[in-house]
Amino acid sequence: MGTLNTYRAGADEDGHFGIFGGRYVAETLMPLILEVEQAYARYKDDPAFCEELAYYLQHYVGRPSPLYHARRLSEHLGGAKIFMKRDELNHTGAHKINSTMGQILLARRMEKPRIIAETGAGQHGVATATVCALFGLECVIYMGETDIKRQAPNVFRMKLLGAEVVPVTSGTGTLKDAMNEALRDWVANVDNTYYLIGTVAGPHPYPTMVRDFQCVIGDETRTQMMDAEGRLPDTLIASIGGGSNAMGLFHPFLDDASVEIIGVEAAGHGLNTDKHCASLAGGRPGVLHGNRTYLLQDDDGQIYDGHSISAGLDYPGIGPEHSWLHETGRVSYVSVTDAEALDAFQLCTCLEGIIPALEPAHAIAHVMKIAPDLPKDHLLVMNLCGRGDKDVFAVAEMLGVTL
Amino acid sequence: MSFETRIDRLFKNLKDQGRGALGVYVTAGDPDFDTAQKILNGLPEAGADMIEFGMPFSDPMADGPAIQAASLRALANGQTLKKTIKMVRNFRTRDDVTPIVLMGYFNPIYAYGVDLFLEHACEAGVDGLIVVDLPPEEENDLCLPALKAGISFIFLTAPTTTDARLPRVLENASGFIYYVSIKGITGTASSTAAQIKPNIDRIKAKTSLPVAVGFGIKTAANVAEFTSIAEAAIVGTAVVNIIADHLDDDNRAQAGLVEAVHKFVGELASGLRETSK
Repeated sequence: MGTLNTYRAGADEDGHFGIFGGRYVAETLMPLILEVEQAYARYKDDPAFCEELAYYLQHYVGRPSPLYHARRLSEHLGGAKIFMKRDELNHTGAHKINSTMGQILLARRMEKPRIIAETGAGQHGVATATVCALFGLECVIYMGETDIKRQAPNVFRMKLLGAEVVPVTSGTGTLKDAMNEALRDWVANVDNTYYLIGTVAGPHPYPTMVRDFQCVIGDETRTQMMDAEGRLPDTLIASIGGGSNAMGLFHPFLDDASVEIIGVEAAGHGLNTDKHCASLAGGRPGVLHGNRTYLLQDDDGQIYDGHSISAGLDYPGIGPEHSWLHETGRVSYVSVTDAEALDAFQLCTCLEGIIPALEPAHAIAHVMKIAPDLPKDHLLVMNLCGRGDKDVFAVAEMLGVTL
Repeated sequence: MSFETRIDRLFKNLKDQGRGALGVYVTAGDPDFDTAQKILNGLPEAGADMIEFGMPFSDPMADGPAIQAASLRALANGQTLKKTIKMVRNFRTRDDVTPIVLMGYFNPIYAYGVDLFLEHACEAGVDGLIVVDLPPEEENDLCLPALKAGISFIFLTAPTTTDARLPRVLENASGFIYYVSIKGITGTASSTAAQIKPNIDRIKAKTSLPVAVGFGIKTAANVAEFTSIAEAAIVGTAVVNIIADHLDDDNRAQAGLVEAVHKFVGELASGLRETSK
């Protein structure tokens, strides 16, 4: 495929990135989807909206997050100069709040008093419950029963914040089922409810809108790297479930041809097993949750339940723009197993004193694979998009430690 | 539309008879292929004028617990879209009159391949398609190819569909218009004929196509009520519940299941015939 003039122009007016994206929703929701699109178009460049968002990102979320040179990890691996974009230091402990803050300001302008959201690892649920508490809005979070068990601390956090956490038992009780249930709620409560989607997926305008709110990660990285090293990074690496942290880091660099960009999918027990959630490596295009994208599915088009050690990556699809970037070849997508992520989790903790979430541990695992063979002046940025406090109990269990 | 389908003929005939139509929804392959085939085959005799035949999907976002469970039962017993089409083909060897509309979600059709699906559905005797997650905005995917292949593409309209939007929904509509009577998923809330009449009238002012009302219609009295303001009433969850009530702990069909479904459909139809317009 030839090189495009820009990789940053999408989505088109119908919400498509090439053949991906779109608005595959029931008619009952369609008028509301169009309303969200119009509202976002109206406010995204509105000075008062941007000013308010910037205020909360700085004073409430704690942005900008540092771009940290991980010296000991770099020395240990013996190659590239590794930087970590510290989005785990955001209020609530992950990148999710970048988008929930933007969307809650939009929901308020749309005068929707009730907010619903789906969550897998619970980070998006906590970030949503947090902004709802901040602005006094009703909050209902749909979470798979399996995830509720493995992410107990986040469930309690959401409840403390005043949210109702609804356990989802359909399917295997993970993120995809939670999203189905949130869509069902939305259809029944269209008049007063805003669906605050957590990743760069769903019907247009969500993939574009969530991406735009997450681009603060990449925009800051560009400025910080120029300040620190006087040039752009050579390689960007981020983990991908739906793909919002990755898109936020990648998108501002897509048109910089010198920057190599790598997304890391979760290979679970391995791509040769049926227990993974690497949609690009192991799936094919299909339609689910409002958009066309790569999905894990059988020959009949039935969706598989993904598997990952990390609840946040445990989704059988991926944001449509990632599918497009995969097919155009601008971004390389690789995968990392549960075991490799667990090793990376421990290495990062020991060497840097930072306990990463299991999601970015996948990105660290890929850094461990490629950094040793890169020259010492190679600037490598990985997105440390969440902290691992929520995972310590699950990790203890996997390591056979009784707490 | 230039082609006349079984759907068109049904509504023409019923208009002459002065009564509305009963549409019955069942999920293909629920609880298993053979039982579902028997249910399907006997529906016209039981009193169904038109059949909405559900294509099971792993993630039925617009359906309530009853139809979700029906889908999962069918899939657990190996139902595929190929088998669903085969069931229609089997049905057509005995009945060449009753319209069958396949209802479901796009991904299984997309996975099958749109052109191949339309070819096979056409051959098997499918009359129309209701695909919940294909609004007019995505009409290129299936709606326009279906019309070309001679299969009606039935659009949903909802209480949220505004006057400004309605012409867009009606633009490529064929067969009939499916009016979703509530804001919500299948098998949950209900509305009354009086509540939805303004919206039905709004649709009728803009199209000559028949209007079928669905979602929340459960009894013979409901069927009578809604066919007084629209050309058809569609019952789904209440029928699926009869199936669920006749399963053992392993979701296997118990004796009398097929008869119970047909008996219930007969009751629904009786309401319709007694109160013809």
